[in-house]
Amino acid sequence: MTTLDSLGPSHRGRIKTVHGSHAISQRLMEMGLIEGSTIEVIRLAPLGDPMQVSIHDYNLSLRKSEAALVEVERCT
Amino acid sequence: MHLSEAAASFALVGNPNTGKTTLFNALTGLSHRVGNYPGVTVERLEGDLKLGGRTVSLIDLPGTYSLAARSQDEAIAVDVMLGQHAGELSVKAILAILDANNIKRNLYLLSQLMELGHPLVVALNMSDVARRHGIEIDAAALSQRLGIPVIPTSSDRGEGVDEVRRALGEALENRGSHPARGAQLPQELVRQVDALQAYLLSEEATLKRKVAWAEALRILVDVEGEFEKRLLRELGVAFLGRLAAFRRDVESERPLHALEAVARYGWIDEIADACVRRPSEMARTKTDRIDGFFTHRVWGTLALLLILGGIFQAIYSWSAPLMEAIDGFFGVVAGQVSSLIPPGPLQSLIVDGVIRGAGAVVIFLPQILVLVFFIALLEDCGYMARAAFLADKLFVRLGLSGRSVIPLLSSFACAVPGIMAARAIDSRRNRLATILVAPLMSCSARLPVYVLLIGAFVPGRSLLGGWLGLQGLVLLLAHLIGITVAIPVLLIVKKTVLRGPNSPFVMELPPYRVPVLRNVLSRLIDQSRAFLVNAGTVIFSVSVVIWALSYFPHPASIHQDFEAQRAAQGSPAERLLLDQQEASAYLSQSVLGRFGQVVEPVVEPLGWDWRIGMAVVGSFAAREIVIATLGTIFSVGSDVDEGSETLLGVIKSATWPDGRKLFNLPVALSLIVFFALCCQCVATLAVMKRETASWRWPAYTFAYMTVLAYLAAMATYQLGMRLVA
Ligand SMILES: Nc1nc2c(ncn2[C@@H]2O[C@H](COP(=O)(O)OP(=O)(O)O)[C@@H](O)[C@H]2O)c(=O)[nH]1
Repeated sequence: MTTLDSLGPSHRGRIKTVHGSHAISQRLMEMGLIEGSTIEVIRLAPLGDPMQVSIHDYNLSLRKSEAALVEVERCT
Repeated sequence: MHLSEAAASFALVGNPNTGKTTLFNALTGLSHRVGNYPGVTVERLEGDLKLGGRTVSLIDLPGTYSLAARSQDEAIAVDVMLGQHAGELSVKAILAILDANNIKRNLYLLSQLMELGHPLVVALNMSDVARRHGIEIDAAALSQRLGIPVIPTSSDRGEGVDEVRRALGEALENRGSHPARGAQLPQELVRQVDALQAYLLSEEATLKRKVAWAEALRILVDVEGEFEKRLLRELGVAFLGRLAAFRRDVESERPLHALEAVARYGWIDEIADACVRRPSEMARTKTDRIDGFFTHRVWGTLALLLILGGIFQAIYSWSAPLMEAIDGFFGVVAGQVSSLIPPGPLQSLIVDGVIRGAGAVVIFLPQILVLVFFIALLEDCGYMARAAFLADKLFVRLGLSGRSVIPLLSSFACAVPGIMAARAIDSRRNRLATILVAPLMSCSARLPVYVLLIGAFVPGRSLLGGWLGLQGLVLLLAHLIGITVAIPVLLIVKKTVLRGPNSPFVMELPPYRVPVLRNVLSRLIDQSRAFLVNAGTVIFSVSVVIWALSYFPHPASIHQDFEAQRAAQGSPAERLLLDQQEASAYLSQSVLGRFGQVVEPVVEPLGWDWRIGMAVVGSFAAREIVIATLGTIFSVGSDVDEGSETLLGVIKSATWPDGRKLFNLPVALSLIVFFALCCQCVATLAVMKRETASWRWPAYTFAYMTVLAYLAAMATYQLGMRLVA
């Protein structure tokens, strides 16, 4: 199983599911992390966490612990 | 012709960073009123909206991505729109603002707003930017699909604002176009919400309100959300079983919230496919290029340090001349007034109570203005989110997020603007935790106390071959005590009063934009006014009360005594000395002085006598007053500062009644430690009250900091005495 936090900068994935507690997965989904959407990792913060991703034409920052809840399929 | 329709109000709602504030200001001018919703930490902004002949009020609701509420703060927007917020007018129509560049995520909130049953008007903002990026949105088609007027706007240059006004007027006029509820949601979910709503309507007698469809949806979908919690309070926890049954009956392989989100985004995709055309490969935008620098491993970090350093320097030193000017101004006024009113209680009340109290309030304005200016600028241009992004990792372990960086850093200059800056923290618990520890950061008002005591009692030895002086080292340590203590305090607070799951750091990084001067100015005005009116009243009153405590009873016998002595003395120097001794005698006879004498046993373990104890208590109105009070009680006059040789001289030679020296190194260190940790600052507490809308948090802070300060100062003194001996 591949999760978002394991994608490196400039890599893309297609979202399969969002796991995690009700509150956090609801938040991620409201922000557009919906199955089928394409998400791209832009970069990591200088200290290695959080990460900046691009989804539905906007930029989002989320912690790796949160990205680990997002199951993706690598796009090539 | 309609009269002014006082009973009508509109709500402005939208995602953060869509230009909502700019649109609000464009629609209402600078005529708005700022307040707080009772019981929560949310600011309430309302302005007058002129629609043709009549004026309605426009309520600016906090920016949000969804109506799902996880706290009371987040529930405010829904309550106001549903007209179930106590003391609020019922909302007649909703103005939704969408960012044209980011239409999909923005439509998510709109799809929820469409279920509230109010007439809606959509402002499609940032249209200028969208055009530049080659994004084409067919507003007419969008409007038709939604069944809602859609008006392209560029609110920063006022484009489309008049059309929005007109559309709002029409919405009020025909009140038609109630959008269908739940059209985007799966049938089985809609049916179940209908059933839950029907049940809740049958409970109207117990609930004392009619539950709207949109609220029933939130109750059903948001497991452990705010609306569920509220309902369980109203109907009793036993209702949870019934609610669970309602939830189970929606058959789906997905959890309910996923069902909702997937359905809405499915609907959004259809609309976007039909009405929006984006260039197939978006060019690298300006924001991407700027981000390449500002979030770069090396340059980004350097830029952050420079910006934070700049802000700190600005609060610390730019405001200094202004603060001195204010100080000077109040000094001159006090002098003038003293020469107009004969000496006596009235003169003292006006000069030492009223004028000094007003000075104690106004003195904070420069620092507040400087910090609010920078924050408004950084937030408006989009950098604030980057600062939080860069700094986040440093704060995660403390249970905070990167958003605490500016409030905490600013508190090293002064906790008052620092606490105000904590508004930018989106999570309520993180915001409160940040506010609770902000006063532990060593502020500039503590510095004079440190300087006085270190100069007098710490030997000027140099260490490390001249690289570091012992005095400098102690000063540095005095600044580090607070931060060191803040760490365990945060960990404890997050496990007790503010416990709960660490809030997610799912934060939008908005595009960089050129800030609008009007937004910045309106923020400056609002925040200064809020400080002067709310916190100012408290600070002023406390100053006057402390004046009274240190003035009365002011027995006439002391005066007669000293008059007799003065008559016997010739030289002006001797008279001055007598005047100063007289002031000291009054102070020791005052309520405050006697209180100090009574509680001397309490401060003795810290190595203090009643005079030090009294000066510390008296400094509650403003930390730096401790020096003036010491000056008065040691008979060198209140007109002294930390560099004053005479004050240094007397405190060095002051003794206990049995002849022992009062001050020595352990006593000085115990005072420094106490000041580093205590919250003897009414301004901090008053601003906390204003920002958290409750006395509970300032009370906690005062209590925990005073206890900590006391214990640490006692440990310092006792340990110090052992070591010296
Ligand atoms: N180009 C452009 N910039 C805008 C527009 N509306 C607002 N802005 C800018 O966007 C930034 C954020 O605006 P603000 O009103 O504070 O957004 P809010 O967070 O939604 O209240 C500011 O720098 C505004 O100048 C617009 O229509 N076009």
